[in-house]
Amino acid sequence: MGLDQRQKHDKRKRTKIRLSKLYSYACVRPSFDVAESPADVGGPGFSRVVFCNQAERHRTKPFKYQSNYVSTTKYNIVTFLPKALYEQFRRLANMYFLFTAALSLTPLAPFSAPSVILPLAFVVGVSIIKEAIEDWRRFLQDKNVNNRKVKVHAGNGEFLDVEWQNVRVGDVVQVQKDEFFPADLLMLSSSYPDGVCYVETMNLDGETNLKLKKTLEATLELDGDDEFKGFTGTIRCEDPNPNLYSFIGNLEYDGSVLPIGPQQILLRDSKLRNTQYIYGVVIFSGHETKVMQNAMDPPSKRSRIERKMDSIICFLFIILVILSLVGGIAFGIRTKVDMPSWWYLRPDDTSNYYNPDKASLSAFYQLITGFILYGYLIPISLYITLEVVKLMQARLINQDILMYNEETDIPAHARTSNLNEELGQVDTILSDKTGTLTCNQMDFVKSSIGGVSYGVGITEVERATANRMKKHNKELNDMALNSADQAADGEGIEMIERPHVKGFNFSDSRLMDGKWALEEKAEVIQMFMRILAVCQTVIPEENDEGRISYEAESPDEGAFVVAAREFGFEFFKRTQTSVYIRESDSLGRKIEREYKILNLLEFNSTRKRMSVVVRDQDGRIYLFCKGADSVIFERLSKVGKEFEEATKLHLANYGDAGLRTLALAYREVNEADYEKWNDLFMKAKTTIASDRDSMLDQTSDMIERELILVGATAVEDKLQKGVPECIDKLALAGIKIWVLTGDKVETAINIGFACSLLRQDMKQIIVSLDLPAIKSAEELHDKSTVMKVSKEAVKKQLISGQQQVAVDGGIDTVFALIIDGKSLVYALEEDMKELLLQLATKCAAVLCCRVSPKQKAMVTRLVKEGTGKTTLAIGDGANDVGMIQEADIGIGISGVEGMQAVMASDFSIGQFRFLERLLVVHGHWCYKRIATMICYFFYKNIVFGFTLFYYQAYTTYSGQTLYNDWFLSLFNTLFSSLPVAAYGMFEQDVPARVCLEFPSIYQQGVQNMFFKWDRILAWMGNGLIGSVLCFFMVLGVFGQGAYRHDGQVSELQVLGATMYTTVVWVVNVQLAIATSYFTFIQHLFIWGSVALWYIFIIVFGFMSPSVSTTAYRVFTEALAPSPRFWIAVLLVTVASMAPYFTFIVFQRRLAPKDHHILQELMYLNKHATDTEMWFMERKKAVEKAAFGFTARVDARVREIRKRMHGNAYNHQNIGNGGV
Amino acid sequence: MPSQGASTSGVNNGTSTRKDSKRPKSSAFTQQELPACKPLLTPKWVITIFMLIGVVFIPIGVAALFASRNVVEIIDEYQTVCVPGRYTTNGEREQFIQDVNQDKHCNRTLTVSKLMKGPVYVYYQLDNFYQNHRRYVKSRSDKQLLDGNATDTSACKPEQYLSGDLAIVPCGLIAWSLFNDTYNISADGQQVTINKKGISWKSDREHKFGNVRPQYFPNNLPRDLNGSLIGGASLDPNTTVSKPFIVILLNEDEDLIVWMRTAALPTFRKLYGKIEQDLAAGSTLSITINNVYNTYSFGGKKKLVLSTTSWLGGKNDFLGVAYITVGSLCVFLALLFFLVHWRYPRRLGDTKYLSWNQHASAN
Repeated sequence: MGLDQRQKHDKRKRTKIRLSKLYSYACVRPSFDVAESPADVGGPGFSRVVFCNQAERHRTKPFKYQSNYVSTTKYNIVTFLPKALYEQFRRLANMYFLFTAALSLTPLAPFSAPSVILPLAFVVGVSIIKEAIEDWRRFLQDKNVNNRKVKVHAGNGEFLDVEWQNVRVGDVVQVQKDEFFPADLLMLSSSYPDGVCYVETMNLDGETNLKLKKTLEATLELDGDDEFKGFTGTIRCEDPNPNLYSFIGNLEYDGSVLPIGPQQILLRDSKLRNTQYIYGVVIFSGHETKVMQNAMDPPSKRSRIERKMDSIICFLFIILVILSLVGGIAFGIRTKVDMPSWWYLRPDDTSNYYNPDKASLSAFYQLITGFILYGYLIPISLYITLEVVKLMQARLINQDILMYNEETDIPAHARTSNLNEELGQVDTILSDKTGTLTCNQMDFVKSSIGGVSYGVGITEVERATANRMKKHNKELNDMALNSADQAADGEGIEMIERPHVKGFNFSDSRLMDGKWALEEKAEVIQMFMRILAVCQTVIPEENDEGRISYEAESPDEGAFVVAAREFGFEFFKRTQTSVYIRESDSLGRKIEREYKILNLLEFNSTRKRMSVVVRDQDGRIYLFCKGADSVIFERLSKVGKEFEEATKLHLANYGDAGLRTLALAYREVNEADYEKWNDLFMKAKTTIASDRDSMLDQTSDMIERELILVGATAVEDKLQKGVPECIDKLALAGIKIWVLTGDKVETAINIGFACSLLRQDMKQIIVSLDLPAIKSAEELHDKSTVMKVSKEAVKKQLISGQQQVAVDGGIDTVFALIIDGKSLVYALEEDMKELLLQLATKCAAVLCCRVSPKQKAMVTRLVKEGTGKTTLAIGDGANDVGMIQEADIGIGISGVEGMQAVMASDFSIGQFRFLERLLVVHGHWCYKRIATMICYFFYKNIVFGFTLFYYQAYTTYSGQTLYNDWFLSLFNTLFSSLPVAAYGMFEQDVPARVCLEFPSIYQQGVQNMFFKWDRILAWMGNGLIGSVLCFFMVLGVFGQGAYRHDGQVSELQVLGATMYTTVVWVVNVQLAIATSYFTFIQHLFIWGSVALWYIFIIVFGFMSPSVSTTAYRVFTEALAPSPRFWIAVLLVTVASMAPYFTFIVFQRRLAPKDHHILQELMYLNKHATDTEMWFMERKKAVEKAAFGFTARVDARVREIRKRMHGNAYNHQNIGNGGV
Repeated sequence: MPSQGASTSGVNNGTSTRKDSKRPKSSAFTQQELPACKPLLTPKWVITIFMLIGVVFIPIGVAALFASRNVVEIIDEYQTVCVPGRYTTNGEREQFIQDVNQDKHCNRTLTVSKLMKGPVYVYYQLDNFYQNHRRYVKSRSDKQLLDGNATDTSACKPEQYLSGDLAIVPCGLIAWSLFNDTYNISADGQQVTINKKGISWKSDREHKFGNVRPQYFPNNLPRDLNGSLIGGASLDPNTTVSKPFIVILLNEDEDLIVWMRTAALPTFRKLYGKIEQDLAAGSTLSITINNVYNTYSFGGKKKLVLSTTSWLGGKNDFLGVAYITVGSLCVFLALLFFLVHWRYPRRLGDTKYLSWNQHASAN
């Protein structure tokens, strides 16, 4: 095994290329930036010493550093109990119950101590167990990470697999391609002889482009296992800190002291890419690594509803205090005034609790008794029931097969269950781009060559738009749509099914299989292909089957080379100086051609283009150039402009379809000109000065002129499956979407188009600092001026944006705000925040580009706090962690790699598209369930609690309860909690499909229709009515006389048991009326609870009188044989339901809500029988969507109508907008 | 749009996927697609429900009202008339009651207006008497009542011990304050037997009260205590502190058992006995009351009640009236709903009421 690998390595080494040759800019950069040698190493804050390859020296102090064991759990065995208990009793209600439990041990308690303490212990116990299980899961996840294996030098040049947790500071490790670094490493060498390696820092900053790291020259030679036999060295560096982008330290090696900068540091949780292996020394391990230093403690989030619930509990608490006060005062007065004459109470010989001589003291004691007694107003089981219900909801979310991602085998996962209902109230989604909306995979889909557009493959947006358009066709029958739209449906040109090639999604029979040679402009096509194949920096790799695969720095380039290969221009070999292409000529023969690379003019964001200067086999020198269309078009020669108009048109169409476009051009350079230019270029390249970059730019610019346009490419930044549909649905549900991306403005806009966030007729307000004024200020290196100018510029742009919105804003005009990270720095400052938010909320789409993870979190906070609405952040990388934790709800996409986002999230899903179901179905349901459930909880406790209070009035507020102690303590747990739990778990107002078909019903949650104060108070009022009816009707029905045929009169036991029976019936039937979805579970629980009460009272009644006391045989002997009991229960139940029932039937009749009508339509089976009406309603049932393809289609239809009516335009432009 | 069918058919495919797959187990339960009944309140149902309630409730109400009306009840409030007229205030009356030397028998004459079919139940009714006061309710020892010797009778304070160390059985305020007025009834000169057997609950007699001999009970003797606290005459003149002999065992003392089952409300009736014969209409009842129980200190009324029962128990119009009210209210609501429905018809599932269509018309 080991031998095999060794051989493989050797084989690879032969094909190695010195990348430094390839990259003119990045690698040969003179090392002046590390020259600022850290003078303060060894000083305070820079005390760390690492003995390389001598990990054993780190076993003792002072060099004993933290182990590489990483723990993200909240508790450990010791802290668990105190911490968890603290968490529990932080809740107001639990605190109150703890207080009552303590008081219940005194004679003040109106009932026995266990009946108070047991429910509390149960409630708190279950919550703590739940906490423990959740933490255990986190522990397992940590364990998984800690047990990953990495090769560690064990001495004598031998490397052994070691678990991550056992990697120590000072260890030399070997990390293989596509592995994560186990700790922060100093890189010593790599598989490349010049000691570079590629690192993907997705998990740190979300950027997917690879970063180049480079070792110190001195350690270059340490590139084999054996080299480490006697290797030693000492690193002195900074102490652990969270700064990802800086590192200060030096390495004492081989007798010299070498400065180390961030260039040499490989950070934990980043990944080795495109490099076979690297060797490195562990500097920081475990929690001292930069990534862990960055980790915040996950904030404990509480849903809006739960927070509001607290204020309701406060409200009830105030009522409770008022009731106790009333009771206490009334009791005091009666004790003072009346009690002395009640000889049967022996007022002459009493305790302080009932002492007429100390009435105020007795009143105070009574107040406390009342305080405990009326505690039934505050539902003790609410929290626990909520937790159980939410856990079940979370399970249902986890098990939803429609949110299971088949390809990656990832189901949806609710990681915290206390935000389920918040999912139903989301107002704004803040989304990451790469990995969330897009796959970070580029597919070559279209091209425009010589003024002809090729490629009939259509993007997701186009497909979706076309489908939507088709449905509009009925309406637009007369307004014949341009044939271009039909072509988009793939009807125009025959499509041939072929196996999918990664990076290539192009189909057009005119170009494939060498048929291009038959096209009219075959030479132009040939040149186009050649540019694709040659003008790149990709490294080819031949695998065992002889097939070439490519290692590209950016996925775009990979797509180009793949495309060229598929067209028959296979790039198969690269040497230090040449690129080899296997070309098929016009006759279909394969010819190998060599192109000598003379110069490579790299891409950067200012140049927006890249070129190669090559010499072909015939000795002619060409410059091949690809770049942004605007840049290329201004560099064309007169003859080169032949296809400019046609290409421009195609580019516009591609752009609208969300494709990323580049223009290709070339020029032939004569020998003499080239030599002259090359001298200049080499001079610039070897300059060691700070303006080297701009010199290179200038010289490059000199040759990139007089170009001849060949065509343009269109690459699709492949969207994740179902993204446009999902975004559309979310738009229809009235949810706003902000995209926060680390990408460039252009890319972001592209993706904006691709996922229908943007469209042609939107007015884009771009706030950016790419302004000449700023540039010139920057060149002066005057930081304060730059800041001042920048801030002014941003402010100006924001204000002008607002003015624009104010002036142009109409029904049909929508705006999109695009702002870049640099501007955000200023826009997010305290005094500008409001301005930004105001503008942003008026825009239909907001794209923030080039934002740092921290800015993502700041923007999220701005939206969350500025609008006061619920925000949801979704992302997949470690760079999204901040925003995921900041938002009200954080959603992590569990992708192939990187767990940070998921670990920080509240919910994780396999793909963005599942967000639709998560919000619109589960969110909607959970919101309604929880909202109604909480209201109902208050209702039932008010019904029950107030009967206790009314009874007090008849006992001079002495604290005597009507019910048996056991009845009291079991009410909340046994006879009324299961049905409401079932409601909370399974209730559906409308089925899932209707939620999805009518997404605007989601707005019920956003507008919080079911948990506003009026609704809560209405439920409480209903509870009050229920309690009055229960109490006074039972009193009235029983009266003083006989309640049975045998002359027996009712007393405390009979009255208590009867009233309790009616309360059990009333609260359960009430829930049954409120339920609109009865499965056997609901039936079982609702009717089961009522039945359970009867069973309980029978069984309990047969227990020894010392246990059952007042309930002894009360049902079998006293109640059951009495017809009055039964018809009293019937009367009270029906009468108590009447107000609510009347209200809902008249509400449904006169002012029906959406879900009422939808229920009726479902009931009438209209969705099956009257599909047309159903479809029409679905179409109308949308919030006014400002983005998404529905909005896009609407805009198109509007445009067409305008043209038809206005007749001002000629017909040829119609429909061109989309394809 | 994935239909319900599609997702359930996914179940079958699911089983064939790889073993360690995290694919959720799909069932009607986990996919929240259990067969469910979704009752919908259509106008037809609403009217039916309201009408049905009306149709069921009104007859029950009428029947209850009839039952109540058929009950013959004679109530005689005697706390004032049974005290010689010269005692005008409650304070004076209280003093009269507490004077052991006064004869407190009083004769009342009542006329039976309607035939009272036996059994006729005899009740006493007290008013403004807080048997449900927490101090009072708790003041008993169930254990002692059952087996006579309870170690802990602290709940009974201050009626726990007599003269410091003599355990009172039954202890506590309830037993101590036992109602002790007695009634003697004759109809048209004929002595009427009042059956005192079977007036208490069987379970009480058998399981809550044991074969326990009362000790130092009753003890509310006027001469032993401060006069102001006395309940009335001696319950049993033969019992004294020095002579605590037994009268009847606790489980045979049904008056006590009835009294010990505390009333829920400050106004209550308790069963005194049963007259197992008919009382003919027009017959005159002459009743001798031994009026000894002190309700005068707190101004409570005392009433003697003779009542027959129906299948629903005693006289009480509330049940019937409530049923008729609720029933007719429902009929009214049914009509109202019908009228609303007829005047402003709304088709079931009328899409124009959907919020989006409302917005449209508002614009």
